[in-house]
Amino acid sequence: MTNHWIDYKNSDVFMNIGGNTAENHPISMKWIEKARETKGAKLIVVDPRVSRTAAVADLYVPIRPGTNVAYLGGLIQYILANKLYHKEYVENYTNATFLINEGFKWDDVTGLFEGVQDNPARNAKGYNQATWQYQRDEEGNVRKDPEMRDPNCVFQIMRKFYAKYSLDNISKITGAPKDVLEESYKLFASTGQPGKAGNIMYAMGITQFTHGAQSVRSVAVPQLLLGNIGIPGGGVNAQRGQANVQGACDMGMLYHIVTGYMPTPQQAAHATLADYNAATPGGYWANRPKFMASMLKAWWPDLRPEQSYPFLPKLDGTDHSHIASYKLMGEGEVKGMICWADNPAVSGPTAGAKRQYQANLDWLISVDLFENETAAFWQKEAGANPADIKTEVFLLPGAAGYEKDGTKTNSGRWIQWNWKAQDPPGDAKSDLWIADRLFKAVRAEYEKGGVFPDPITRMNWDYGDEADPERVDKEINGYDVRTGALYTSFGQLKDDGSTACGSWIYTGFFSDPANPACKKRIKETQGIGSNSNWSWAWPLNRRIVYNRGAADPSGKPWNPDLPLFRWDGTAWQRNDVPDFNAAIPPEDSAKNAFIMTAEGHARLFTQGLNDAPLPIHYEPAESPVANLLYPQATYNPVSQRFYPPTEHTVVNDEERARYPYVITTYRVCEHYQSGIMTRNIPWLNETMPELFIEISEEMAKEKDIANGDTVTIESKRLFNNGEQKGIVAKACVTKRLKPMTINGDKVHVVGMPWHWGYAGMAKGAITNDLAPSVGDPNTTIPEYKAFLCNIRKGGKLA
Amino acid sequence: MTKSILIDTSKCMACRGCQVACKQWNQLPAEQTTFTGTYETPPSLSTHTWMKITFNEVEEGGKVKWFFGNQRCMHCTDAGCMISCPAGAIYHTEAGTVAIDEKKCIGCNYCVANCPFQAVSFDRATNLPFKCTFCLDRTSNGLQPACAAACPTGAITFGDRNAMVSRASMRVGQLKDAGNRNATIYGLEEVNGTGMLYVLADKPEHYSLPADPQVPFGARLWGVLFKPFRIFVVLAVGLGLWANRAQVKEVEEAKKAQKSSQGVK
Repeated sequence: MTNHWIDYKNSDVFMNIGGNTAENHPISMKWIEKARETKGAKLIVVDPRVSRTAAVADLYVPIRPGTNVAYLGGLIQYILANKLYHKEYVENYTNATFLINEGFKWDDVTGLFEGVQDNPARNAKGYNQATWQYQRDEEGNVRKDPEMRDPNCVFQIMRKFYAKYSLDNISKITGAPKDVLEESYKLFASTGQPGKAGNIMYAMGITQFTHGAQSVRSVAVPQLLLGNIGIPGGGVNAQRGQANVQGACDMGMLYHIVTGYMPTPQQAAHATLADYNAATPGGYWANRPKFMASMLKAWWPDLRPEQSYPFLPKLDGTDHSHIASYKLMGEGEVKGMICWADNPAVSGPTAGAKRQYQANLDWLISVDLFENETAAFWQKEAGANPADIKTEVFLLPGAAGYEKDGTKTNSGRWIQWNWKAQDPPGDAKSDLWIADRLFKAVRAEYEKGGVFPDPITRMNWDYGDEADPERVDKEINGYDVRTGALYTSFGQLKDDGSTACGSWIYTGFFSDPANPACKKRIKETQGIGSNSNWSWAWPLNRRIVYNRGAADPSGKPWNPDLPLFRWDGTAWQRNDVPDFNAAIPPEDSAKNAFIMTAEGHARLFTQGLNDAPLPIHYEPAESPVANLLYPQATYNPVSQRFYPPTEHTVVNDEERARYPYVITTYRVCEHYQSGIMTRNIPWLNETMPELFIEISEEMAKEKDIANGDTVTIESKRLFNNGEQKGIVAKACVTKRLKPMTINGDKVHVVGMPWHWGYAGMAKGAITNDLAPSVGDPNTTIPEYKAFLCNIRKGGKLA
Repeated sequence: MTKSILIDTSKCMACRGCQVACKQWNQLPAEQTTFTGTYETPPSLSTHTWMKITFNEVEEGGKVKWFFGNQRCMHCTDAGCMISCPAGAIYHTEAGTVAIDEKKCIGCNYCVANCPFQAVSFDRATNLPFKCTFCLDRTSNGLQPACAAACPTGAITFGDRNAMVSRASMRVGQLKDAGNRNATIYGLEEVNGTGMLYVLADKPEHYSLPADPQVPFGARLWGVLFKPFRIFVVLAVGLGLWANRAQVKEVEEAKKAQKSSQGVK
């Protein structure tokens, strides 16, 4: 999130798109309701069905799953066409005035941008982005047109690009009635007035697409046009689906980044630390060599950074994302797996195939609160024959959140210490206990010898005999290598090996071990809700990031009632930590309002992604219709084709007739993720006992399905060797889903939660057996939120 | 001081945290349920479920609405259960809520039959009626009821009745201003006022509440005619139940056997 949960009380208009905040982030509703009660805020919900969030919304907009970019592209067009953008913000803080290379263009038929080329390694397209770059003068400065009239300036390119994202076209693509579309655009665009705040909050319904990164961009772009970034009540607010998933990302748990969002080095391009540093970007990221050197020093304190850099694992050009790793497992390339608080046999796409691939493992370690489906994949409940499976499975019982000390980082980047409430039961242990024992055992083996022992034997592992989370926190926080003094700011980090820091963005959260900031619990009594003395937010306890945007270039807050900063003529009056150089006059910092980008401006047009400089509407990998805006485009051309589309996804009309229904998947309030925690709680099973599928009354009539009937759901992933299999669920026939009219044709949309499996107290079929293994070309996140299926009445419940 | 729980349905998103918190605080066992085509589970209040969220889908003027009700003992001023109780086991507490004195209860089941909200459930095993207690054990010790403590949005609040009534009036005003013509307070006039107060954005029926709840005529008649002779009636009913005790036990055991054979699904 750019903002934080409590800041929601400052919003004037909320748009919940690609998320279901009431059901999956219930506490958000406390602050949304506060804003509605105290300042008459409005809530717009954009969703294929009337969810429990839509039930309490002021305005509900139904859209077909997979058409977020079209919907939000329509919002961009509406803002531009009706001149509803925040002019002063756009001109000063975004790259709207910047000129793009004259060679930049796109094709309205193919939906491809200039520079397209084949990428055989990914079985997809890629781009040479030479023409996506800024025009520069002889001195290297970006050419601009302050009047925004030059046809090559970003603003004019956008006007041209989004011209066809008209109400008529967007209504045809999304299925939303034109008047409802317009009402929602008008209401949200009202926050473009200076002093008004619009908040777009989303979750996996924005990201889990073959065009997921473009969906996120399509949230950011209108927010920049409306001046909603960096202001109280505004923001691009990704609501995290797990208590500490933000913390996991911050610690570099993803394969393509190390800590603090530094990219994982690539073997070919970054063989040495000097090579890695040579690729340092501009803006504040120019400091990256300091952060990398400090991370290396934290991990291998006895070596100089350039000596320990070779110890870091490098990307070898092979995709190591979730889908690709399991594909390699299916090909016999992966021999062992540690599955830590993860249950891909339920949560992964094409989960049925994943369970089969796991039989290729020699060993599998599962760490969880209960035995989950991934660990139980060899049992007959999983449909396997135990005698055929040789994999040795280790089950390590983990401790739950309230059974261990440590921190959790929430969606608003607040790092909050969690005090242990009780001991875990039986042999269950905290993650740190398990990791500590595991590392020490591996190290003991390497001390006896090995092919490449140094990265392990020389690694810093100084957390005590019984690993102490506070000692881990000190390493993450950062310290002076010579004196051990803890740092308060990443500004103190150096690239010469004299400083150590596990994750630079966390510097300061544990700088005072006697009274660490993450343990502070002082409520704000006056102010705007920043609660700066309640825990600590990265970076530098900044509650709203990109916050130079909260005031005009002269330093006046856009909203005088919610002043984040005010320039009093000599200094800034503050309600937050500045995300800009506060030592220079406001007119100067206004020229560099987005310090993380090299150009100091927010990017309406970007060169940073693999697939598009401007959010473009592509259909999902499986779609019931052709792309109305770009007739020859199907799904994201840059998205890697892991499996041949003809075998894996619906590609032609004949198959579309066999799998005619659009399906989307989601969670319910009563269960959590793959359900392994909640399906073992009888009270929760009582409230949501079984897997179900939501279908409209019209469709139920067509298929002669009564409410509560069992039905079988089929997808192309369950069609093997000429045999079609399906999964079985109870029917929930509801008014809350309606057939949609897509470009004149009726399309049925259905939806299913995915919390069930064959382990635990409440059992049911695994919804993700249906989902395709296709993903976004930037993040490889799988496309769970829109694909095609068929439905038959009847079937035997799992 | 009279206390009230205020349910502001306009802020309820049916997360059912209250429903589970009620079970947790009162240590009520989970019921074996199945998915019957609605999110609403269990199907009705019972001795193990003292409050539940109801889900009602309504289509009006082309718009689909999903209303979430909060069903439980309403703690009535004119309480059908209390009026009809031959043993005087049901009474108003100091806070104005309706409580059952288990020691005085003779297990006649009249309270269940005479509740206009179907909020009292009878347990054959113990021969006792059960219902929402207003968390008397919590509220008499300075705590909120478990449902209110669990509610993330502030849809359930607890306090002095006067304060709750004025808060409800304010919210209804806001809802009317926002275009909800049918917005109303429920529980002010109904059965002479109920300890439960509701802010409704629409008609009571949408929230599984009767539009005009009435104490059954029989209960009123009973109150007038027979209360003076209560002791004789108590003895007669008690004697009858005692005579039937073997049969009651049989029914209970049959039920138990049936439940355990279903197992955990």
